Amino acid sequence: MRKYSVFAVAREALRGHKGWGPHWASPEPRKQYDVIIIGGGGHGLGAAYYLAKEHGITNVAVLEKGWIGGGNTGRNTTIIRSNYLYEESMDIYEHSLKLWENLSQDLNYNVMYSPRGVMMLSHNIHDQQSFKRHINANRLYGIDNEWLTPEQAKAYCPPLDIAKTARYPVNGAALQRRGGTARHDAVAWGYARAASDRGVHIIQNCEVTGIRRDETGRVTGVDTNRGFIGAKKIGISAAGHTSTLMQMVDVRVPLQSQPLQALVSEPLKPIFPCVVMSNSVHAYISQSDKGEFVIGAGTDQYNSYSQTGGLQIITHTLDAICELFPMFRRVKMMRQWGGIVDVTQDRSPIQGVTPVPGLYLNAGWGTGGFKATPGSANLFAHLIARGEPHRLAAGLTLERFRTGRLIDEAAAAAVAH
Amino acid sequence: MLLIYCPYCEEERSELEFRNGGDAHIARPTNMAEISDEEFEAYFFLRDNPKGVIFERWRHVHGCGRFFNAARDTISDRFLTTYKAGEPKPDLNEKPKTGAEVETYEALEGAAQ
Repeated sequence: MRKYSVFAVAREALRGHKGWGPHWASPEPRKQYDVIIIGGGGHGLGAAYYLAKEHGITNVAVLEKGWIGGGNTGRNTTIIRSNYLYEESMDIYEHSLKLWENLSQDLNYNVMYSPRGVMMLSHNIHDQQSFKRHINANRLYGIDNEWLTPEQAKAYCPPLDIAKTARYPVNGAALQRRGGTARHDAVAWGYARAASDRGVHIIQNCEVTGIRRDETGRVTGVDTNRGFIGAKKIGISAAGHTSTLMQMVDVRVPLQSQPLQALVSEPLKPIFPCVVMSNSVHAYISQSDKGEFVIGAGTDQYNSYSQTGGLQIITHTLDAICELFPMFRRVKMMRQWGGIVDVTQDRSPIQGVTPVPGLYLNAGWGTGGFKATPGSANLFAHLIARGEPHRLAAGLTLERFRTGRLIDEAAAAAVAH
Repeated sequence: MLLIYCPYCEEERSELEFRNGGDAHIARPTNMAEISDEEFEAYFFLRDNPKGVIFERWRHVHGCGRFFNAARDTISDRFLTTYKAGEPKPDLNEKPKTGAEVETYEALEGAAQ
């Protein structure tokens, strides 16, 4: 792999940029792999990379039915934070945030991680109590999170309207300064390039149509639209289509697939310095480096695989944005899309072994999977390599829905995440 | 936004009037204290989450307020049929019911001037 550096840029500038070459190889699939990962999003590609880098397992294929990073990795609003309430969540999201901080150097690929701060607005006493509880829990656990008065929030994000007469008055905010954004495509491409460099096969347009097992029940490989591909271990990292894949081995999972929408505005000059989330009125907004406002809406109320959603959902979000930031009322929206998120009942992810020997599951990241990409991938690789979960992901098992040891983030925060 | 036919009101109305109630035809165990953890998990948490036809409950919260069931294709979001609560799963090969004309202001009063 050619190392990217300022010298490489200078050299290519002199040669007319003709020497860059493809980022990753597109080989024909082998007959047999040690590990197959189903799903070429950030989580799956990252898991392949960490399998090769940290566990010495390089005979790995990532199978993607479309193009890599074309699912939820390319459809989210790129928010990164780790200010969750419960230790199980803080463990994995903080592990992820620490990996984000050095990811560009690690991959030799600029993922444009920007710790510009994530500010969560409080609009009422309930929000205030809930956020302060989060702040205290986070700080006791060594995670930065602080309380801001409305005036401090306004100073941190000048477009914010903090008037007492506002439709959604702001009575404070929780700020995680290390939170921020990253470039979602670069995360998929960077992991793909680094994994490919270590010998991982990235196979696009390869849809898994069946999972084969031997007489003991252990997995032996997958049927795909490009024929049978053998594997000793299989990792599923397929977001909204997890249930469909698990049906191939007759395992029902506690997941529901729902549309989640986002939209971007026309590009504007830099005006919005941070990420602002308002859970009560359901609005998420930041400004991309291209200048577009990136706005996240809520999930639709019904199960769907349609990758679209109801107009009333994004209208509701834009109503809230216009009230919080009156200066944006005349901004035009440019594109809108939906992704299919797999939501668990306790709104926490599932990462662990399955009842099928050799089959490992990484799912249920729901509406908040992007921020977890490096951490989830890193721990999923550990799970696949060792056959048992890493200490930091030990609570995220599939069995928790049987034992009742749920990680009830949704009820604690009374919000989506 | 979906258009949903309420089998009680016998009318097709906007999704805004309805609340989704999750999977239909899930029988709550009558011996809840005696069932095993596995049985409770299967009843309470595990779902088919089908890519294709789903049988689901809807409640016409801003209308008649009643629960009913629907069969919907989760790929196209098209409703195949809706039917009253308590009725068995319908035969989906039958022709789907469609609503009467929706009463809009324009239909009743003519186009706005």
